[in-house]
Amino acid sequence: MRIPCPLCGERDAAEFSTIGSAPPPRPAADAPTEAWHEYLHLRENPAGMHAELWQHIHGCRQWLRVMRDTRTHAVASAEACRP
Amino acid sequence: MTRLPSGGLIDRAQSLRFSFDGRGYQGHAGDTLASALLANGVKLVGRSFKYHRPRGIWGLGSEEPNALVELRDGARQEPNTRATTAELFEGLAARSQNRWPSLRFDVMALNGLFGPLLSAGFYYKTFMWPASFWEKVYEPLIRRAAGLGRAATAPDPDAYERMHAHCDVLVVGGGPTGLAAALAAARCGARVVLADEDFRLGGRLLADAPEIGGAPGEVWAALVLAELASLPDVMLLPRTTIFGAFDHGTYGAVQRVADHLAEPAPGQPRQRGWTIVAKRVVLAAGAVERPIAFPGNDRPGVMSAAAARGYLNRYAVLPGQRAVVFTAGDDGWRTARDLREAGAEVTVVDPRDSARGDKGLRVVAGARVVGTGGRLGLSSVRLDTGERIAADVLAVAGGWNPTLHLASHQGGRPGWDESLAAFLPGTPPPGMAVAGAAAGRFTLAACLADGAAAGLQAARDTGHEGQPLALPRADDEPAGLRALYHVPGRKAFVDFQHDVTADDIALAAREGFRSVEHAKRYTTLGMATDQGRTANVVGLAILAEATGRGIAETGTTMFRPPYTPVTIGALAGAQTGPDYRPTRLTPLHAWSARHGASFVATGAWLRPEWYARPGEAGWRDSVDREVLQVRKAVGFCDVSTLGKIEVVGPGAAALLDFVYANAIATLKPGRIRYGIMLREDGFVLDDGTCARISEHRFFVTTTTANAARVMQHLEYVHQVLRPELDVTILSVTDAWAQIALAGPRARDVLAQVTEADVSNAALPHMACTEANFAGGLRGRLYRLSFSGELAFEIGVPPDDAAAMADRLLTAGAVPYGTEALGVLRIEKGHAGGGEMNGQTTAGDLGLGRMLSPTKDFIGRVMAQRPALVDPRRPALVGLRGEGLRTGAHLLDPGAAATTANDLGHVTASCWSPHLQAQIGLALLSGGQARIGTRIRVFDPVRGHDGEAEVVSPVFIDPEGGRTRG
Repeated sequence: MRIPCPLCGERDAAEFSTIGSAPPPRPAADAPTEAWHEYLHLRENPAGMHAELWQHIHGCRQWLRVMRDTRTHAVASAEACRP
Repeated sequence: MTRLPSGGLIDRAQSLRFSFDGRGYQGHAGDTLASALLANGVKLVGRSFKYHRPRGIWGLGSEEPNALVELRDGARQEPNTRATTAELFEGLAARSQNRWPSLRFDVMALNGLFGPLLSAGFYYKTFMWPASFWEKVYEPLIRRAAGLGRAATAPDPDAYERMHAHCDVLVVGGGPTGLAAALAAARCGARVVLADEDFRLGGRLLADAPEIGGAPGEVWAALVLAELASLPDVMLLPRTTIFGAFDHGTYGAVQRVADHLAEPAPGQPRQRGWTIVAKRVVLAAGAVERPIAFPGNDRPGVMSAAAARGYLNRYAVLPGQRAVVFTAGDDGWRTARDLREAGAEVTVVDPRDSARGDKGLRVVAGARVVGTGGRLGLSSVRLDTGERIAADVLAVAGGWNPTLHLASHQGGRPGWDESLAAFLPGTPPPGMAVAGAAAGRFTLAACLADGAAAGLQAARDTGHEGQPLALPRADDEPAGLRALYHVPGRKAFVDFQHDVTADDIALAAREGFRSVEHAKRYTTLGMATDQGRTANVVGLAILAEATGRGIAETGTTMFRPPYTPVTIGALAGAQTGPDYRPTRLTPLHAWSARHGASFVATGAWLRPEWYARPGEAGWRDSVDREVLQVRKAVGFCDVSTLGKIEVVGPGAAALLDFVYANAIATLKPGRIRYGIMLREDGFVLDDGTCARISEHRFFVTTTTANAARVMQHLEYVHQVLRPELDVTILSVTDAWAQIALAGPRARDVLAQVTEADVSNAALPHMACTEANFAGGLRGRLYRLSFSGELAFEIGVPPDDAAAMADRLLTAGAVPYGTEALGVLRIEKGHAGGGEMNGQTTAGDLGLGRMLSPTKDFIGRVMAQRPALVDPRRPALVGLRGEGLRTGAHLLDPGAAATTANDLGHVTASCWSPHLQAQIGLALLSGGQARIGTRIRVFDPVRGHDGEAEVVSPVFIDPEGGRTRG
């Protein structure tokens, strides 16, 4: 797979590591347990466009939010989490 | 000899000696092992997989299902090598496979008599009972009886390498289509890679010897190759197989750099694994002729008609004097004519009634072959007319299968074209165009035009411009075909390599395996190393007939990478053995080696384990001496492997306060705090120290093992969770050599090597400062202790590390290694890797009070989950008792040794020379409450069962007076 890093350009997926599905926003400290459970454990697993987090560990070390089609591996976009 | 006196593309001036099954032969440069064997009249080259039937050479290239041999000897022995692709070299040694005691007399051929037992799905039916017999009896028996070659048992002596290439246009296949495509694209200025598995480019131009523009085809090929070679942006890769199409224009390839040599030249890799990233791809892989399933179609001497033509034209080998050509269409007639021209006596058997005679050819129209005769090779052919024809070669032309594998690697399902009687590529991967015979355009003129158009389009798609190629004149007569897949009868082979017959497929259909995917797995059709390249279409046709459907309706199975088998070496490249991953050496490595250190691998690092001295009988002597030296005087240790991270910026304090479970924001500049980080799920991630160098600059250390993980964690928390913070995070592990100096005399030694004031007032426990050192060295001083003694850490640039170590040695400190370091930390009860194992909480490690109640931090909420604060959780305790070993389990005295009674385990253990006792750390259920009691230590793996006393994990100086002294 090739991932278009917004800083480094298109690079081989071997330069990246991923934690898979992008987690939902981190709940507030006083949020109910269910919210924390969801944040920590529940992930989308769609057949189709999927938001994922990848880090360009062998490049600029930016964490990227990658929109990837799980059926075709087509990457629609890759944006730095902290532009 | 069946070599013709002239012609062919071999170098007759260069003779090469080779051996097959121990017998010597001669061939020429330009031969393959197959062509050289045929030139020497050798037709029997192997035994089949299941039935041990004699087999010969069927094909011309990598599609070969039969002629698999063991190549080379010793450590270079390679099984299952296709004789048709093995390039001949001086001294080549090959052996036939799967036969015993000899190729000509093979006792396992008896398997053929038990054929009915070995039919489709035999292993599901025959070997089911009793179940325990499968592993012990049946499988070893089958493994011995059925199988292919034997791999070398010695390590591979050759080197391999990995290469990467980027191009505008990758052309797969160097036949007429590929050559035209590459030329058209290259003339536009595109960066072109042309790869072909053959050692000589030209494809069917070499095998068919057609005319192009009035000249021999190979002359046109040579002209095109010369022009391509002259262009700066073209890379020609003969002997290179594109074996897989992967995502986003990424292609895997194997280049056989030295397989045509007896052994690689010094420094030369045997093979090179390529990753090629191409913007556009022209798949010009051609087509492969398929067999017809008829009884006895596997006898040596039966071969592909297109291959027979190829051996004749390219290698000047006449495969037989008395030839029968069994052809379902016009294409086989080309072979018949070429054989006739070469002087063979030729009979053409054509099932079409309309077939007409040709000068010098005997024709049997409207007939089929229904059997063959001959013991170890063909001697006769039997027709359905009842006629028996004496023959030494039977050339079979069943029609062409486009080589569309790469087009389907990304899921493009091939579709059946009834008029061409062939599967054509479905939707190819993005950026790929399929051209020429691979797309079902079979005439030479169509291939040239198709390739040229695809090459030009690919160049244009990648931003280049140019003129269409002026194409030379070439044959454009389509070959008529009457689809014929199967002539009924016994022992009509479909998949030669897996010994699957037409009967097997019909049986599978009768047993309900109607789906092509099920029938494939049940019969193993197309599941051999050739992935059914010659077998699949015939098999599908028989399945379609048996289930009363058309081929289009029956469908086809998909192809997956690799196109042909790939050596592991080509995938691994240089990353083998000690080079599997980099070895990291600390700045003091050479110094430590000079001072008697032996080294231990910790992750990628090599660290000194101990520094042996003359007279020490074993490692324990060295370690005990080093530990006592630290406890009683002073020692120093290379701790450069600790992860070191600088966190800098106005937001640095806020970020670290969020990452550490304890408060960091309140830390004053010039001070250090011990900190723990949790994962968001509440378990401990890592521990270390955090020094505030200045208001906005922090120096964070991590454990050696978790350095990369903590760095990634900090980046994640910053970039994803707290992007508003203005922080820069930098790994400086390799920028500092770090030396721990510990022991009651540490300050005395330190005072001798630094100008800084190191008094307790100026540099109290957990303080840090920049410092000048003797000899003009500059660096940092940290007062912190891992051993429980008065201790400092000295940070200097890596190049100054050896000089610093020399000065410390001169000042009276002695070096100690990781073993002593481990003993010191166990004696002090510091949690290490055995305790911070990803399943322990801060509370488990006795650090529960560090969790800040007043701030939000990573892991805070989840650390309060009931299961994580359960008092019955295993918690850190000390143990004291003989025979303690890490990994032993803990039980109540008298309790049975069962999992239900398990109370925890020993996480670290050592001999304490200070206490003169075997001590350990353990995670013990209800730990704190058990201090002062005795516990059973059960270690069945190493045969120990004893008792230990549960004590505080801090064996040394629990008040910490030494550290603060």
